[in-house]
Amino acid sequence: MNSRLRWRKFVSGFMLSMTGVCALISVSVLFFILGYLVYHGGTSISWNFFTKLPAPVGETGGGMANAILGSAKLLLLASLFGVPIGFFGAIYLAEFSAGTTAFVIRYAADLLNGVPSVVIGIFAYSLAVHPFKQYSTLAGGFALGLMMIPITLRSTEQFLRGVPNALREAAMALGASKWKTIVTVIVPAAYRGILTAVLLAFARVAGETAPLLFTTLGNQFWSRGWVQPTASLPVMIYTYALGPYEDWHRQAWAAGLVLLGLILVINIVARAILSRGIAVPRS
Amino acid sequence: MKRLAGMLVVVLALAGVLWADSTLSINGAGATFPYPMYSKWFDEYHKKNANLQINYQSIGSGGGIKQITEGTVDFGATDGPMNDDQLKAFQEKHGFGILHFPTVLGAVVPTYNIPGVEAALNFTPEALAGIFLGKVTKWNDPVIADANKGVKLPAEDIVVVHRADGSGTSYCWTDYLSKVSDEWKTKVGKGTSVNWPVGLGGKGNEGVTGTIKNTPNSIGYVELIYAESNKIPYGNVKNSAGTFVKGSLAAVSAAAAGAAKNMPDDFRVSITDAPGKTSYPISTFTWLLIPEKFSDAAKRDALKGFLKWALADGQNYAESLSYAKLPKEVVSKELKAINKVQ
Amino acid sequence: MVTSTTTVPSAGPVAGSRSFLSRLREGDEIARIITFLFAASVVLITILLVFELWQGSVLPRHKFGFNFFRTSVWDPIFDQFGALPFIYGTLVTAAVSLLIAVPLGIGAAIFLAELAPARLSDTLEFFIDLLAAVPSVIYGLLGVFIVVPLMRQYIQPALKNTLGFLPLFQGPAYGVGFLTAGIVLAIMVIPYIISVSREVLLSVPRDQREAALSLGATRWESTWKVVVPFARPGIFGSIFLALARALGETIAVTMVIGNTPVISASLFASGYSIAGVIANELTDATSNLHYESLVELGLVLFLLTFILNGLARLLIMATSQRGAGMGNA
Repeated sequence: MNSRLRWRKFVSGFMLSMTGVCALISVSVLFFILGYLVYHGGTSISWNFFTKLPAPVGETGGGMANAILGSAKLLLLASLFGVPIGFFGAIYLAEFSAGTTAFVIRYAADLLNGVPSVVIGIFAYSLAVHPFKQYSTLAGGFALGLMMIPITLRSTEQFLRGVPNALREAAMALGASKWKTIVTVIVPAAYRGILTAVLLAFARVAGETAPLLFTTLGNQFWSRGWVQPTASLPVMIYTYALGPYEDWHRQAWAAGLVLLGLILVINIVARAILSRGIAVPRS
Repeated sequence: MKRLAGMLVVVLALAGVLWADSTLSINGAGATFPYPMYSKWFDEYHKKNANLQINYQSIGSGGGIKQITEGTVDFGATDGPMNDDQLKAFQEKHGFGILHFPTVLGAVVPTYNIPGVEAALNFTPEALAGIFLGKVTKWNDPVIADANKGVKLPAEDIVVVHRADGSGTSYCWTDYLSKVSDEWKTKVGKGTSVNWPVGLGGKGNEGVTGTIKNTPNSIGYVELIYAESNKIPYGNVKNSAGTFVKGSLAAVSAAAAGAAKNMPDDFRVSITDAPGKTSYPISTFTWLLIPEKFSDAAKRDALKGFLKWALADGQNYAESLSYAKLPKEVVSKELKAINKVQ
Repeated sequence: MVTSTTTVPSAGPVAGSRSFLSRLREGDEIARIITFLFAASVVLITILLVFELWQGSVLPRHKFGFNFFRTSVWDPIFDQFGALPFIYGTLVTAAVSLLIAVPLGIGAAIFLAELAPARLSDTLEFFIDLLAAVPSVIYGLLGVFIVVPLMRQYIQPALKNTLGFLPLFQGPAYGVGFLTAGIVLAIMVIPYIISVSREVLLSVPRDQREAALSLGATRWESTWKVVVPFARPGIFGSIFLALARALGETIAVTMVIGNTPVISASLFASGYSIAGVIANELTDATSNLHYESLVELGLVLFLLTFILNGLARLLIMATSQRGAGMGNA
């Protein structure tokens, strides 16, 4: 009996420490990635990188200034398109709808969420590029905005639902109409969560490459206005990493560091906002 | 919150106004073969004409043909000339035709990465066809070794690298292989995208060069400048006269000499496997694809102006980037043809 | 503005007996309509997407029918398009990634849910979530410059020397290939397995564990033989989610898979994924048949991920309902 017990205890201790090892491996991958990017990217980041346009092929001294601005413009457009749809759609889901309508809307959102990014790219090409015969920042923003919609919608809905009913009832007891309740009570109560949802959706699409391949073409100059092709950080990383030039590789590392840094910072900020709790608005 | 939103709207409006300024933006896409040349040209031309931005993206000749036919770019670029079906498709879609304008000449060279081998290997047509058909699998195969006595070739598997995207460089390479190997012609054929019997796929000339650099015992085909600027060895190819020729500018010009005298009006011509003792057999023109009609007069005039510059001053940049200048006869013929662009 | 009533309305939805116009004036109906339009647009977009995929793949569906899924030739010159190599590549890389990620992921999830004190568990989960946020192109970058050389110089030769008798590990070591793509994908999907499995394990009611322990089971036995089986549907759900992610992955895979449309028994061989060929060839496809064949591949991918996501959700729901049903006494 005793030896069998000892064996079982040994197995228990062993397997449980293995799970610890699994957790350790998984987490250390993150630090390895970060470390490697910081090392390679950090040494490649230079003033040129942030201020210069790409140099002709094979020449050094170029940078990704236009790609940084391009990504910023793309993300701005994506947010302007995706966030309102997600936000207002979530209000509908949480406050006005029920039953089958709600089910259909949620199902569609989850479906959209699961669509692979390359298929979103096909869709965006056929809707936003082909009919207008133009690659543009708008088309790229549209593609990324599509990907922001489901994340914003589902998360915002959850946070809106999380607002305690007591608040709703109190407002109604004071004679407020539904929309007024939403605007002045419910949304402000959930604003931390909503902000988090928006930030997380933003971070998610910041690194997307495949949809941009079919919608923005790329640009070695500044992209003027909103209807010209534009460079973007993820596409530059993709192109430069596959190329043969050392200078391109260095720039790809630097861009990778900038991109990942941005995404991680947004994620950390978003979670910090959330962990402070759902605040009741000041009266 | 409201103030923030208000500020945002103002910023956006300003951005929209300020950015859509008087700069004329023209977009083109296509071949990666001449990309080093074009990126230099468009950069220099922009310096001379600050209000004109010609944005060229190297997505491959297949992409260039497709996107100009779709109309999503203002001009295309290819090293594999459009075939009659593609020309017809363009005509049917737009109601007018598309013109080919050669810009420079270049060589497609077999480049390789064999640890310990720095020398320029000699490749016969049989060797190249055999390697890319997947029949010659080891570097020390007699087909290769016999032409390279004195070089110690390892008994390693050959890793073939080709293009994953639609490519004019592929077109030139497969055009050559179709001419020198009946088996290649029937089994694979020539085109910008073919069903490669073996090999890894790289994206663009850049991707193929990158893959070769990183993969020992690999061989691929790239435009000359990509091999030279990345300092990877490339081989000599045996031409139809029996000489092993290096892909040099003189050899490329020799290959084009015959075609220059008999250039067809639409400039579509193949100069692979050209006659002549000093001709490099895997040479090609590279073309800009410009539609016959432009609805935007400013863009049309800007492109015509650029083309005239490229055929004159632009040619002076070619040789330092390992492209050969166009023969004089071709240039004068083209200058006349530019008037066809309405 | 609404005329204030003197009576306090009941705490429930206002009776809908007033006219539409008066409801409109109160603003509630406008708000409802406006928000409904936004919500409906989501449904519209989704329907449009499926429609575009279906319409955009008419040519190959009519020309090849189901043979599209049985042919392995992809030849733009002779207008022959078969999806088999890409489906094979997508499935094989996904399978390899799951083989690596599932044991690691579930192990880590068990540690986080059962062993680690709450603070440590939350902190580690935080880092795992960050790992999930790393974009594909960054994984591709690391894949090209770290994993591929590692595979080519050390891992593939080592596997060849030890397990080379298996057809799985034969052939030249390119560095790129099915195995490399599978490894990169594994790193990408581990966070999904961990976070969902952890949640699902945490939702298993306490009395299950306590019952096992009170019967004399060791900690491990209680976990492995009682808790995990209880949460099994949810864990499978997490695996399906990971699988859906792995199937749709584009950029990282195409950077390390080799881009050769072949079916091969060896994991060292160079392959191609559905998403990869679409990314590489969509802008180049000159013939309509070529382009629409790529769209049909996109449709196939969409359907695969759609089914998997649906199954995943059902399974995860099943576990949480199980837990809720048992209740905490």
